[in-house]
Amino acid sequence: MRIGVTVFPGSNCDRDALYGVERAGAEPVELWHADANLKGVDAVVVPGGFSYGDYLRPGAIARFAKVMGPLEEFAKSGGPVLGVCNGFQVLTEAHLLPGALLRNRSMRFVCTRVRTRVENTRTPWTSLFEPGDELTLPVAHNEGNYFADERTIAELEDEGRVVLRYLDNPNGSVNDIAGICNEGRNVVGLMPHPERASDPALGSAEGLKVFESVLRFAGVKV
Amino acid sequence: MKVRVLVRPKSGILDPQGEAVRRALPALGFGGVKTVHVGRLVEMEVESADEVEGMCRRLLANPTVEEYEWEVLS
Repeated sequence: MRIGVTVFPGSNCDRDALYGVERAGAEPVELWHADANLKGVDAVVVPGGFSYGDYLRPGAIARFAKVMGPLEEFAKSGGPVLGVCNGFQVLTEAHLLPGALLRNRSMRFVCTRVRTRVENTRTPWTSLFEPGDELTLPVAHNEGNYFADERTIAELEDEGRVVLRYLDNPNGSVNDIAGICNEGRNVVGLMPHPERASDPALGSAEGLKVFESVLRFAGVKV
Repeated sequence: MKVRVLVRPKSGILDPQGEAVRRALPALGFGGVKTVHVGRLVEMEVESADEVEGMCRRLLANPTVEEYEWEVLS
């Protein structure tokens, strides 16, 4: 299985994501922001960082990068896409996921580890988990405060599209939401960083299962 | 022509920046401040104003959480 990782100017978790993907057993493929196609990958990770300096709003400029055209088509045709942190912000700006990530309620950048609970295991990126599994993952963000209007939140909750929930909410997000998926469940956005917890040398390998999940989802034995 | 776009958080949406400023003002001795909202100002020189609305909707503001208004300055 080949998993692509997009690289925008200002991405800073792309190497970590490529490493995590490789460690999970997939072939990592770098996708440059100016690429006109996805090089035939089977899944895509949009990594964290500060794409285009977070100018205007996080993700607002990256959303119009050349590689986003084929990525949107891929996502709409059911291809597995994972946005982490800034990647989550990019996917909401691109309307591949509903809602928006606002400034943290505390007005402070949070950089810590948080306990979370896996709520939906029927996505390509969580298929190896059991519902209710607890996961401790790093977060590092200034705009991680998930917001959507009441109707959208009700829809997400009713359809079980909250994928990950904070047990200790670090940013004030509605309903402690740490991650959601689209209607087709193939596009997932997470504020916590599984790639930063993909090797015991990083302090934890709990996040590796996210990447292993997409391999199993694709039928690869892990 | 010159165009000025004002973008601000929709009413009712958490505005931590505005809230931080609201709390800072009394600390400096300024009283009577009830609410503060912090937004963004975009000034552009454009050939025509025809597409400003589209620019606001698609890029300058995020209609999910922000509202905008714009005016032609000259």
